Amino acid sequence: MDDLDRAIIALLQQDIPLNETPYASLAAQLSLSPEELLERLGSLQERGCLRRVGAVLRHQKAGFTANAMGVWEVPPQEIERVGPIMASFPEVTHCYERPTFPDWSYNLYTMIHGKDPKACERVAEMISQRTGITRYRLLFSLRELKKTSMSYF
Amino acid sequence: MDALDKQLLNRLQKGLPLVPRPFEAIGEELGIGEAETLARVRQLKARGIVRRLGGIFDSRNLGFQSTLVALQVPEDRVEEAAAAINAYPEVTHHYLRDHERYNLWFTLIASNEARIQEILEEISRRIAPAAIRNLPAKRFFKIQVDLPL
Repeated sequence: MDDLDRAIIALLQQDIPLNETPYASLAAQLSLSPEELLERLGSLQERGCLRRVGAVLRHQKAGFTANAMGVWEVPPQEIERVGPIMASFPEVTHCYERPTFPDWSYNLYTMIHGKDPKACERVAEMISQRTGITRYRLLFSLRELKKTSMSYF
Repeated sequence: MDALDKQLLNRLQKGLPLVPRPFEAIGEELGIGEAETLARVRQLKARGIVRRLGGIFDSRNLGFQSTLVALQVPEDRVEEAAAAINAYPEVTHHYLRDHERYNLWFTLIASNEARIQEILEEISRRIAPAAIRNLPAKRFFKIQVDLPL
């Protein structure tokens, strides 16, 4: 990662221009040729720094008005088996294991998106049936207080 | 939003090809021209359905640390707490959730672990929550790919 990579990330973490040749427009801002920028982006992608140049949606406006954080109490020896099953549901966008506390025994987290709360509940019920994990809670979002993309550099 | 818009959104979520004319390439896949593809993308952006069209980075591979934080804050202090928490550029997502104990949940991305600890200590001092839990991920089974429409 050099200064040029950081300058590229600083530019690409914003919106790309919506014209026929967005990479050429961005390259010009960095005094690069379009080929050089595309090469750099390919390399950042190969190194796992850049996932993709793509769209981030406003879920509510795209029709997913409900989002529930499912928290699951999974026996530690079952996590390897259960995690991939939960991750395989298209309505689940994230699935992570997180630490527990004396007053908080949930260790697996799934973000579930749906058209309404009922749809999220149905997904959670299916997950429960498929995994055999019955101790869980759905924490629905009551209000979005902040949602932005990270500014890295 | 028509069927073609949905197809386009699904395609845009998967990522633009790294080629000189990416909208022409995507249009070809969907059977429409470059001009119509661009017009639709601009519309989806203008209507706020697309929040951002740009680089999506892997914070861990960039050397950044991230975590999820849960807070217990009394209902009448949520506004004040939210304002204090949201003031940090490192806080990217923040929700009020329906749980009798932990009601505020936010994600934090910072360049190192020390900065995460510093922010959590400052937040603890400033808003004195009844409880605060730092919940960094231990294992990743799925990192958001896309949400099919």
